[in-house]
Amino acid sequence: MKKLRLALGILAAWSVAVLLGPGLLTSGLTPSSIHTPPQTAADAQHEIAVPPPPFSEDIYPCSACHADMEVNLERRELEDFHDDITLEHDEENRWCMDCHDAENRDILHSASGEPIAFEESYKLCGQCHGPKLRDWRAGIHGRRTGEWNGRKDYLLCAHCHNPHAPRFKSMKPEPAPEKPGKIK
Amino acid sequence: MKFIRFLKECFKVIVRGSHRYYIWLAFLFGVIVWGSTGYIQQIKQGLLVTNMRDPISWAYYIGNFTFLVGVAAAAVMLVIPAYIYNWKPLKEVVIFGELLAISAVIMCILFVIVDVGNPLRLWHMIPGIGTLNLPSSLLAWDSLILSLYFVLNLVVVSYLLFNHFYQRETKKRLLNTLILLSIPVAIGIHTVTAFLYNGFAARPFWNSALLAPKFLASAFCSGPAVLIILFQILRKTTTFEIKEEAIWKIAELMAYAMFINLFFFAAEVFKEVYSDTEHLVHLEYLFKGVGENRDMVMWGWTSLIISVIAFLLFLIPATRKNVITLNIGAILIWFGVYIEKGIALLIPGFTPDVLGQIYIYRPSLIELKISAGIFAIGFLIFTLMTKIAIAIIFENFNITSLKKKPA
Amino acid sequence: MSIKKTIGSTMKLNRRTFLKASAVASSTAALAACGSKSALDEFLQKNFRFMSKQEIGEVIQRLETQYAQQYGKEISVSAKEALPETFFGYALDISRCIGCRKCVYACVEENNQTQAPQMHWIQVLEMEKEKGIDFMDANLYYQHEEVPHEGHFYLPVQCQQCKNPPCVKSCPVNATWTTKDGIVVVDYNWCIGCRCCMAACPYGARHYNWGQVELDPETINPDTHYLGNRPRYKGAVEKCTFCIQRVREGRYPACVEVCPVGARKFGNLLDPDSEIRYILENKRVLILKEELNTQPKFYYFYGT
Repeated sequence: MKKLRLALGILAAWSVAVLLGPGLLTSGLTPSSIHTPPQTAADAQHEIAVPPPPFSEDIYPCSACHADMEVNLERRELEDFHDDITLEHDEENRWCMDCHDAENRDILHSASGEPIAFEESYKLCGQCHGPKLRDWRAGIHGRRTGEWNGRKDYLLCAHCHNPHAPRFKSMKPEPAPEKPGKIK
Repeated sequence: MKFIRFLKECFKVIVRGSHRYYIWLAFLFGVIVWGSTGYIQQIKQGLLVTNMRDPISWAYYIGNFTFLVGVAAAAVMLVIPAYIYNWKPLKEVVIFGELLAISAVIMCILFVIVDVGNPLRLWHMIPGIGTLNLPSSLLAWDSLILSLYFVLNLVVVSYLLFNHFYQRETKKRLLNTLILLSIPVAIGIHTVTAFLYNGFAARPFWNSALLAPKFLASAFCSGPAVLIILFQILRKTTTFEIKEEAIWKIAELMAYAMFINLFFFAAEVFKEVYSDTEHLVHLEYLFKGVGENRDMVMWGWTSLIISVIAFLLFLIPATRKNVITLNIGAILIWFGVYIEKGIALLIPGFTPDVLGQIYIYRPSLIELKISAGIFAIGFLIFTLMTKIAIAIIFENFNITSLKKKPA
Repeated sequence: MSIKKTIGSTMKLNRRTFLKASAVASSTAALAACGSKSALDEFLQKNFRFMSKQEIGEVIQRLETQYAQQYGKEISVSAKEALPETFFGYALDISRCIGCRKCVYACVEENNQTQAPQMHWIQVLEMEKEKGIDFMDANLYYQHEEVPHEGHFYLPVQCQQCKNPPCVKSCPVNATWTTKDGIVVVDYNWCIGCRCCMAACPYGARHYNWGQVELDPETINPDTHYLGNRPRYKGAVEKCTFCIQRVREGRYPACVEVCPVGARKFGNLLDPDSEIRYILENKRVLILKEELNTQPKFYYFYGT
């Protein structure tokens, strides 16, 4: 019950925020790297406001290329294009068309075939990662910016996780502290 | 008026003396100046010139402070039998115990001052003017009780000497009240100092209920050990007199105190070793080392072994009454307790630190310099006060003798 | 001694500022005359807790002028009070932290920690998965090509903002206390530097300015709070304040925002809809050294 209320509360808060428009959303300070862009009217149709999905440069809309191409539903290794993508995401059982829509390349689709916009890709991820989606909605999964007592900045799953290989890559740590004996 | 005259005459006493006396004073002044240069550097550059760092944030200064609080508290060791039981041989020398206490308290205060990062802000601790955090801060309590102990001893000593000088009868009731009061206060300074460490749940090495009793027991060894040596030096170099029985009595009391100290130690070791919790690591650091780090091991064992030897020397009447073994014992006890309080209490308490990290601390040259300077100040104060006390008590320096002599 | 020194350095820096910033030149010149007065005012400054609004205003003005002279740029010092109905809590997801130490350095930048000598308010400990949380086995100084390191997990430790803080209890002069919104703060001008609080803290969260504080005017963060990230002094203790200068403005602490894996969460414990309350109610939560009854408001949790 509580969780439902919380989810509804967040939902309500966000619909209000979205309706109130850009002025409210852009007030306050955020680090530039994850700055929420001004919301456009088009965003109003989405449940949670997020920055644009992190497409590779010049790749979207997909239909720009795919419109003229024949749909090939055969599961195969891609050779001519998109060969830079290595699927490391339950690759035994999945492939492109499980998430990308064959008919409309500019959207994704759920397991049951419902269309999902790239701006709402979390709904797609949440089909398998339910608890993560719940945590993300509650604001506790994912990088947290915004205001603790007001506007929260939400990022899509894909902003942090490469959807084709979602596991975080290891990274070089910042330097270790100096040992106390070295502090002079 | 009379008191000013008294002070004036006392001043005349301390500026006059033998060659040996002047050399001693010159030496002390030299060390004080040497220490001051260290302190000036520390004031300029901060405590960065020490080897204390965040993991070991109290070290040699506070170790010395703790040791000296014990020395100061131990003056009471002489006061109790002397006054309560009116035990003559001790009563004659008890005033020197009190002088030692005064000097020790002054050194204590100096060690705290040099350890503090902002000595100019110490006025924040003055009751009424600053914001002393009572009742919860143990350092606040410690500052109060140390000041009280200092004032009490100073009053008792000056009152005694002043009356002696003017050859007046002391008001027994007033004096006895003050002296009686100084007994709980003496126990108090050491107990509160022990509580200062004891109260830190974050530091299991100190967080033992035996810490305060152990502090008292070890102080009842180290304080008199200092006195036994000083009494003999004074007896050799001045007209100071002390009966053999008095020294033997002190030594006997020390043997009991040392036994209690060792017993408490054994009780703590048993508890830690047998229960074998994560808290054992501090004791291990002291006696076994942790991993590669065996820096403390030498000190841990030295302190323990010499304390046991000294205990045996003082326990056996033959060695207690032999001048040589007595003095060896006194020096061993002094050294043992000095290591225990000055090094083996603080450093293992902080190592490994609360996050399990090990930092190897050794005092820096500046820390040693400043500490030497403070000890020299303490010795200087003790020397000057003792000179006056000896003159008054043993050398017939008083108002009548002054009147006989033409000025 | 140190009064004299302050006056001396004030005068010296004064001249530099004069040449550098002609806009503030006239006011600084006027201040040179009052240099000794400001040093005396500093010496006689009262404990922040017991200052009137007016006194706080005067102190802040003095500090801002002093900092402007010292660093050659404008540094604002806020004394913003706690927001009503707030009591801050923090949560860190142990299952996410990868030990990258980004938080350590974001904290240094945000909070103007001296880097010569070095100071870090956040200590990231590396521990073996096999052994679990065991400080005696923790490594603060790990240095790998890449993190997370095989078979290890990471436990960043900073001030745990205890509800029952042993540090506050031990301070002989009331120079440290818990604010209404639950932040343990230090008045850097009242701290005598006795380091009782450091001995009392079970989390190694308090840090001492062993030497002269040196900050680079280029990188200094000019948005400061009196009880937070304003430039500090040699001989005073400091610690994490949940970024008091940010959180009282509604922002998140710097470490929360910088964490690349989103392991750090922050919010108002009194707000049942806050992120922090969600974690307390739905996740497996632990606090460090629970047996000491310090009651931290810094929680660790397993997000997965």
